[in-house]
Amino acid sequence: MTTTTEFDTIAAISTPPGEGGIAIIRVSGDEVFDVVEPLFRGKDLRQVAANTINYGHIIDPDNQNEVVDEVMVSVYRAPHTYTREDVVEINCHGGLLSTNRILQLTLSHGARMAEPGEFTKRAFLNGRLDLTQAESVMDLIRAKTDRSMKVALNQLDGNLSHLIRNLRQDILDVLAQVEVNIDYPEYDDAEVMTTKLLMEKAQEVKGQITQLLATAKEGKILRDGLATAIVGRPNVGKSSLLNHLLHEDKAIVTDVPGTTRDSIEEYVNVKNVPLKLVDTAGIRETADKVEKIGVDRAKKAIQTADLILMVLNASEPLSAEDQELLEATKGSQRIVILNKTDLPIQLDMAQLTKLVPDAKIIQTAVTADQGLDELETTISNMFFNEGIDRNNSVMVTNSRQIGLLHQANDALDDVMSGIAAGMPVDLVQIDMTRTWSLLGEITGDSYQDELIDQLFSQFCLGK
Amino acid sequence: MPEVVQYAAGDFDVIVVGAGHAGSEAALAAARMGNKTMLITINLDMVAFMPCNPSVGGPAKGIVVREIDALGGEMAKNIDKTYVQMRMLNTGKGPAVRALRAQADKHAYHNEMKHTLEKEPNLTLRQGIVDDLVVEDGECKGIVTNTGAVYTAKSVVIAAGTAARGRIIIGELMYSSGPNNSQPALELTKNLKDKYGFRLERFKTGTPPRVDGTTIHYDETEEQPGDADVHHFSYETKDEDYLDVKNQLSCWLTYTNEKTHDIIRENLDRAPMFTGVIEGVGPRYCPSIEDKIVRFADKKRHQLFLEPEGRTTEEWYVQGLSTSLPEEVQQKMVRSIKGLEDARMMRPGYAIEYDVVAPYQLRPTLETKLVKNLYTAGQTNGTSGYEEAAGQGLLAGINAGLRALGKAPLVLKRSDAYIGVMVDDLVTKGTNEPYRLLTSRAEYRLILRHDNADLRLTEIGHEIGLIDDRRYQAFLDKKAQIAAEMTRLEQIRLKPGDAVDDFIVSHGDKPLKDSLTAADFLRRPYVTYDVLLDFIPAPETPLDHWLTEEIEIQMKYAGYIKKAEEGVAKLKKAEAKKIPDNIDYLAIEGLATEARQKLQKINPETVAQASRISGVNPADLAILSVYIKHGQIAKVTDQAQ
Repeated sequence: MTTTTEFDTIAAISTPPGEGGIAIIRVSGDEVFDVVEPLFRGKDLRQVAANTINYGHIIDPDNQNEVVDEVMVSVYRAPHTYTREDVVEINCHGGLLSTNRILQLTLSHGARMAEPGEFTKRAFLNGRLDLTQAESVMDLIRAKTDRSMKVALNQLDGNLSHLIRNLRQDILDVLAQVEVNIDYPEYDDAEVMTTKLLMEKAQEVKGQITQLLATAKEGKILRDGLATAIVGRPNVGKSSLLNHLLHEDKAIVTDVPGTTRDSIEEYVNVKNVPLKLVDTAGIRETADKVEKIGVDRAKKAIQTADLILMVLNASEPLSAEDQELLEATKGSQRIVILNKTDLPIQLDMAQLTKLVPDAKIIQTAVTADQGLDELETTISNMFFNEGIDRNNSVMVTNSRQIGLLHQANDALDDVMSGIAAGMPVDLVQIDMTRTWSLLGEITGDSYQDELIDQLFSQFCLGK
Repeated sequence: MPEVVQYAAGDFDVIVVGAGHAGSEAALAAARMGNKTMLITINLDMVAFMPCNPSVGGPAKGIVVREIDALGGEMAKNIDKTYVQMRMLNTGKGPAVRALRAQADKHAYHNEMKHTLEKEPNLTLRQGIVDDLVVEDGECKGIVTNTGAVYTAKSVVIAAGTAARGRIIIGELMYSSGPNNSQPALELTKNLKDKYGFRLERFKTGTPPRVDGTTIHYDETEEQPGDADVHHFSYETKDEDYLDVKNQLSCWLTYTNEKTHDIIRENLDRAPMFTGVIEGVGPRYCPSIEDKIVRFADKKRHQLFLEPEGRTTEEWYVQGLSTSLPEEVQQKMVRSIKGLEDARMMRPGYAIEYDVVAPYQLRPTLETKLVKNLYTAGQTNGTSGYEEAAGQGLLAGINAGLRALGKAPLVLKRSDAYIGVMVDDLVTKGTNEPYRLLTSRAEYRLILRHDNADLRLTEIGHEIGLIDDRRYQAFLDKKAQIAAEMTRLEQIRLKPGDAVDDFIVSHGDKPLKDSLTAADFLRRPYVTYDVLLDFIPAPETPLDHWLTEEIEIQMKYAGYIKKAEEGVAKLKKAEAKKIPDNIDYLAIEGLATEARQKLQKINPETVAQASRISGVNPADLAILSVYIKHGQIAKVTDQAQ
C-alpha cells in the first residue's frame, strides 16, 4: 500500500530550538498559500511578487482572529526555491510559545509536520540536488550532538520497533478478519468481526500508543535539551558552576538579551548530553546582589526541570535553607554537589547521607577545577545508562515518530467515533488500516519510501 | 503427412481469438466502436461457456460486472437476461462492499451471448483453431488457423483461456484437452514462446463433480433462496423485469463430514495434487477439497453449496468440492455427504493445467510489450473468474479497437475501477497463482462502489463510443438530479418540533435543541431518505430508489469518501509523473542491481507504477526521479533492442 506523502504541504520550524532573536517557520508545497493565507493579515500573498518580504500579522482564525505575532513573511515561488516548490517563510519573534503556536496553526490549516530532512529530500526529489549534493548537505546539518543522533537511530532497532511490530500484527489480524468477512460473506468458518470487537481492539492499541506518547516528553529531552536547574542558597558556588558549564566550547546557543520573555534558557553540551539550563538569570541576579534567597524561585525552577543540580557548601554546616531545598527537590532527578571541598569540611556527611539516601553526591571544588569531570560523567551516565525517570524501557524521542504516533492516535479516535456514529465495520476499518499504515511508517515497514527516509532521517528537522 | 496449404482468407480491423467471457466482450467492444471484427473460437457451442460455477458476481467481481456495463460491455445485460437467482451480499455492511451475485442458467447464458454476437453488424463469428500469428517487424498483422486460413488485421486480441495447451487430470488419468473435454489449442502459446519470445507460466484450476438433481434429498439441506428485493446488474435493465422470488431457483447448503474426510485421506496417494503429477500453480483462495482436508486438518466440516446449472437441466454443481481425485473416489465422496447419499454423479470433477503469458510482459493497455498490436486477456493473463476475464476482455477489445482506429489508448487507473486495480496488479506485480479480485486489493474501495460504477465510468464509455447518446443523456440527467437533491437537502432545515423530536427520541437520541439541515439529519444512522421525506417536502420530480440510494450513500459516508478522494488526488499526481518509454535502466548509475533488473523487466510507465514494483526501493525511485527531471535518460537504441 502506498502512502505517498511526497506532494503534500509540509511545515517546520527551521531555526534551532530554543530562544533566538527570531525564528523561522518554513512551509513548502503546492498548497502553501491555502495554508498560510488564512493565517496572515497583510498583503494578499498569492498576489505579491516572488522573493519579497511582506510585513503583517499572524492571526488565529479559529480564535476570533486573535493576533498571535507580528511577522515578516517571505514568499518564494516554484521552481526557484530550495525545494523547487512554492515556499513561504514566516519570520516571527523567536519566543518558543509563539513560534510553536504559529507552527501548530499551519498544521491545523492543512500542512503536515515535516519529517527530519524533508525539505532537503524534496529538493533532491524535485531534481535540485543530486545524490552526492544531498549527502553533503547532510554532512553540514548534524543533530545537536552526535550522541543524541545515534540514540535516535539506534532505538529503531530495539524495543520500540518490536513493540510497534507487535501492535501492527495485532491490528493486521483484525483487518484480515474483516476482509475475510467481506470477500467470503457466506462462509461461516470465520468469526464475524463486529464493531464491538473492533472497538475493543482500538482501545487496546490506543492504550499502548498513549503510553508511548507519555514517554515522548522524555524523548524530547534529546532534541530540545535536558531542562536542568542549578539550585542552592547564596554563596554555595552556583554561578561558578554555571560559568564552568557555560565555558566557551560547551555553549551551543546563547540567548540574545533584551527581548521580552519570562525565563532565560541557555544550552550546553555536557559529555554529549544536551542540557538546557533554566533560570540562569536567577543565578546571575543572586550573584550580583546581596539578595534574599530565592527559595520560591528555586522551587519554581525545580518544577520545570528534568534534572536538579543541588549545590551545597561543604565548608559550612547544613542550614535550614539547605534542608528546605533538599526537601523541595526530593521527588526530582537530582545530583547533590558538595562544593568547596578544597576548604575544611564542616558539613556533617552522615547527616547528609541520611537526608538524601538515594541521591548521587559528588564532591567538587569548582574554583579549583576539582571533581568537575566526575560531575559531568555522572550526568552523562545517568542519562544514557540508567535513564532519567524511566519506568519503561521503550522511549520515543524523535519528532517524526511522535508525529506519526499522534496521527495513529487520531486515526484510532476516528475508528472509535465511526463506531459511535453507527458506521459499518468496513468503513471503520479504513481508519484502522490507516493506523496500521502509520505505525508501519515508524518502523519503516509499510512506508514504501523507507530507505530514502532512513537516509534523510539523519537530517535535523526543518532544513 | 502433407503440409497444410495457407491461403488468404480475409482482412479485418480487429481479430479476437477465443470466445469465452474475455473474447466475447473484446469482440463486441471492437465491433461496436466501428471496427470490422472477427471472433474466432474452437467450438461455437461453447461461446461464453461456464465450465465452472454457474454464477456471476460476488464481492469485487460483482462490481466489475457493473463497471463493464457502465463502459458499454455486455456481461451485465447477458446475466440480467439469463439468471435464475439474484442475491445482494454484504447488505449488513457498508456501501463499499455490497455485492450482487446471480446464479446463471449456463445454457441460456451461452445461447444469449452467442446470439448477441451473431446479431452484431460489424462482427463475424467463426469456428476455428488458431495456430500462429502473422508478425512482421515486431508488429502483429494477423493470424493463421490450423486449416491454413490467413486472416489479416490491424490488431489482435488473444483470449485463449484453459484451451492453451490444456491438460485435464482426473486421478491417474491425464489427457490433452480444453475446458469440459473440448479440443485444446496446442500450437498458439507454443509459438508465442518459441517464435516470439514470450515467457509462459503453467497454472492450474479445477472444477467439482456435477450430480443429478432428481437424486438429491433437498430436505436434508438448507435452502438459500434469492432476494425478493429488486436487483439487476445492468443500469439499463428495468425493475419490472426482475423475477419474482418464487420464480427464482434456490441453492442448497450442506457440509462435508468426517466420513468424507476419511475417504479423501485414505486416497491421498491417488491425489494428483500430492503425487507430483500436477505441475501448474493452483489458486490459494479456491483450493480443491483434498487440499482443504490436508491444510486444515482440524476442521470437522466444510461448507458446500448445491447450485442449479439451469432451468432446462437437472445437473447440479457442487460448489466447494472441486477435486482431481479418481472418479471412483469422487463418487464415494459425494455419497458421504448429507443430502447426497443417493446422488448420481453425472460428470466427475477435474483439474486442468494451461499456459499463461506472464502478465508483466503487458502494458496497462493489455498490449504486449514484445509484439505491437497484439493484446491478451483473461486466463491467458493469469487471472481466474468470468468477471475478471470479461473486464480484461473489454479493456483489450477497446484498446485493440482504438489502435485500429488510430486513436489514443485507454488506461484505467486504480482509482477508476476494479478493472484498473486488476490490470495494474497484473502488469506491475505479475502473479504467481491464478489471480482473483478481492475488495482488499483496492486501496480506494469506498470510491469503487457497486452503486456508483456508472458515475465513475459512463463518461469514458461514451467517449470511446460504446455508450450511445441516449444513454449518456439519461446518465447526465441522473447526475444532475442527484446534485440538485443533495443541494436541496443541505438547504432545508428541520426545526425542533413534535413529530421529528418524537421520531428522534424513539431512536434513543436527544431531541433537537436547534434546527439542523435535512442533510445532517440524514447522516444520523437511524435515518433513511424515505424517513426523511416524512419530515420535509418531497422533491418536485420524485426520485427512484436507485437515486435515493446513491444520495443516501454520498451523504451518509461523506466524511470517509472525502478522505478517500484526498488519497486518490495524491495518487493521481504520482501517476502524472511519466517515465519515458524505452529507458535503458542498465545505463543508469546508482540503481541497485535488483531494481535495475525489475525496472528493465516491467518497464513501468509512471513513477507511481514503478513505486509499486517489489524490489524497487525508494532510493532507486529517487535516483530515477532525478534522472527523469534532469532529462539524463539513457534511451535504448534500436540496435540494443
